[in-house]
Amino acid sequence: MLVGTRKGAFVLEADGKRQDWKVSGPHFGGWEIYHVKGSPADPNRIYASQSSSWFGQIVQRSDDGGRTWEPVDNRFVYDGVPGTHRWYDGTPHPWEFARVWHFEPSRSDPDTVFAGVEDAALFRSTDGGRSWEELSGLRLHPSGAGWQPGAGGMCLHTIILDPNNSKRIFTAISAAGAFRSEDAGATWSPINRGLRSEGIPEPQAEVGHCVHCIAMHDSHPNVLFMQKHWDVMRSDDGGDSWREISGNLPTDFGFTIDVHAHEPQTLYVVPIKSDSEHFPIDGQLRVYRSRTGGEEWEPLTNGLPQRDCYVNVLRDAMAVDALDDCGIYFGTTGGQVYVSPDSGDTWKPIVRDLPAVLSVEVQTLP
Amino acid sequence: MIRVVLPAHLRALARVDAEVKVEVEGTVTQRSLLNALESRYPMLRGTMRDHVTQRRRAYVRFFACEQDLSHEPPDDPLPRAVISGLEPFLVVGAMAGG
Repeated sequence: MLVGTRKGAFVLEADGKRQDWKVSGPHFGGWEIYHVKGSPADPNRIYASQSSSWFGQIVQRSDDGGRTWEPVDNRFVYDGVPGTHRWYDGTPHPWEFARVWHFEPSRSDPDTVFAGVEDAALFRSTDGGRSWEELSGLRLHPSGAGWQPGAGGMCLHTIILDPNNSKRIFTAISAAGAFRSEDAGATWSPINRGLRSEGIPEPQAEVGHCVHCIAMHDSHPNVLFMQKHWDVMRSDDGGDSWREISGNLPTDFGFTIDVHAHEPQTLYVVPIKSDSEHFPIDGQLRVYRSRTGGEEWEPLTNGLPQRDCYVNVLRDAMAVDALDDCGIYFGTTGGQVYVSPDSGDTWKPIVRDLPAVLSVEVQTLP
Repeated sequence: MIRVVLPAHLRALARVDAEVKVEVEGTVTQRSLLNALESRYPMLRGTMRDHVTQRRRAYVRFFACEQDLSHEPPDDPLPRAVISGLEPFLVVGAMAGG
């Protein structure tokens, strides 16, 4: 497990039983590690986003499964004259690179990796991180000049590569919404029809929605699940339209969402009380599972704290493994990382006192 | 040779233990020194000044000879004691964040 935190990266390793864990780290101690992710084509190739308010962005690359690291290119320069987007107060604001929120390595080529950055843009490297180029068709979409940041900044945080169509890419931006490319990132279309956000002037606008996270099961690439600021949503047509599946959730605010490795209709969310109170309801940390693709949800509590728990679970802080009995993992802003080796029925903490967890990714190795 | 003291995070990034020494051709200025430093340690590019604008990052300061040189023009010569190697050029992470 590759864990990014506010103060460094940690690697957590276990065998298939997922009972006894070895924890190594912190790697890059003292730096914010927004995301660490391995290449599906070569699990020894790992990319890590290392940043700080003092010294900016560093990109680290490992070729040996995280034992050693090499800083690669950290130059993320917007294509052409970047222009402006809208600031919180509605005034024009220059596009300024702040950090990499998310790396998405190619499914087939370890040297190709996409980076989602703040201020929102998509970059790609085809040489293992030694150079980056912006896929500027996204930022230069006619709506781009009107995008506004969410509370966490204007970040491109979700990148999904279609497993069956190498030209199809999905991204999500806070607070612009979801976008899809059918030509490998050259041009983009907003895919937000059906989203409704009460906090924006036009609740059903084409863009302007605070999408927090999107998940997809590889066997059903046209089915997307979304945790929006408020509302859990589903699309069955590759994002052309969305419908709400919040159903009986106690609150449909949250940040993360994921899909079971072997059951494409089994979803997981961590409901958070509200956008003004970023912690679980009544101090009870509960993962909710739907086995019906949404609408009907059950709380999963066995092994999770059910009193006095006021942590948050951020958008990239949940992951699943590929073992037969699917493991579910999530990290909290309180520094706990939990594992369920049985699809969510039971949970236990792997570690309790890491720095605030920003991201969790899992590699299932032979 | 110009002596440069880096903050701990940048020493770790550059994989150096103590102060570093860099050779600077021509007039020794803030800009020429940082150019030489980044040339010797490419992983430091972008950490002290912006890649594009070359402006000092907001929370990075430059000190030498008990002076704050952060706001000095980048093409002004550095103090004689830095150029002679008597005093180091200090790259400092500003105390900030509470």
